[in-house]
Amino acid sequence: MAGAALLGRLTWLVAEAVGAVQETPRVRTLVLEADGWAGHQAGQHVDVRLTAEDGYQAERSYSIASAPGEPLAITVEQLEDGEVSPYLVGEVVDGDRFEIRGPIGGYFVWDGSGDAPVLLVAGGSGVVPLMSMIRHRAAIGSSTPTRLLYSSRSYEDVIYRSELEDPADGLEVFHTLTRSQPPGWTGYARRIDAELLGEVAWPAADEPRVFICGSTRFVDAAADGLVAMGYPALSIRTERFGATG
Amino acid sequence: MKVADMKLDGNAIGGLLIELFGTDVTASTGVCASCGAEDYVAKLEVYLHAPGVVGRCSSCGAVMIRIVRSETRTWLDLSGTRTIEITEVD
Repeated sequence: MAGAALLGRLTWLVAEAVGAVQETPRVRTLVLEADGWAGHQAGQHVDVRLTAEDGYQAERSYSIASAPGEPLAITVEQLEDGEVSPYLVGEVVDGDRFEIRGPIGGYFVWDGSGDAPVLLVAGGSGVVPLMSMIRHRAAIGSSTPTRLLYSSRSYEDVIYRSELEDPADGLEVFHTLTRSQPPGWTGYARRIDAELLGEVAWPAADEPRVFICGSTRFVDAAADGLVAMGYPALSIRTERFGATG
Repeated sequence: MKVADMKLDGNAIGGLLIELFGTDVTASTGVCASCGAEDYVAKLEVYLHAPGVVGRCSSCGAVMIRIVRSETRTWLDLSGTRTIEITEVD
């Protein structure tokens, strides 16, 4: 049953841009409408395919930022020399169309069930699938204790900054800014390390569920630190993004 | 760019794997033929920059899956994988 349904769902659909939010100078959220889109779970992604006039195609994956049930939105970071992200961040205007397929992913998802606390650890644009989980948590009125540890280069690079300034009940947000900090900054100001994780993460005895998303090096550092704190490796779900854009 | 920066994971090929297996397998588990370690397909160390896709065991680094595609054919090499236990998802 599920196999057939998934097969049917993974066809390329035409998506139309119907809204955009400039999150930071290099990061933009696009709201999309696609006939045939079947909805998604928090944490999933879509594949985006662009086709040039000469037939050349480029395909990339982007995490879904919106909560299940909300209009589909992806948040894209523009990467230098990228083939797809410069178009999505810098050029797409409302009414433009390109192809998507999805939703994709059954591993890095959170459905809101269970009583265990949730620890979300984000490096840069790795916050995007975690934001879908945070928005889902709010949408379903979940009281699951949740902490977001979010590492950015600078204050200006913090995606969803204003939304995260006013977290829902039971959600705690911890920022660390690794390259520069504004005057009067009271958050963390260094890369995630064992001491920082020890201050933010619940004790392993609380059996939290963990989702980490970021670059490979970020994910390795955060996961290794949590395992050293006694977190079982199987309680930690990870997603790495790369330097292809 | 260093090779380490190009390393992704099995999540990144979730769509490609649905094409091949007919269902999402990133939350399924595979056993490495080299070292016997069992882990989620999502935890494979994936390289997209090779000619084709290469997925390596997260424990020992051995190649578990290779996928090469042309316009009309797909070549799937699973000789480095002992088993995959596919979990149906709702």
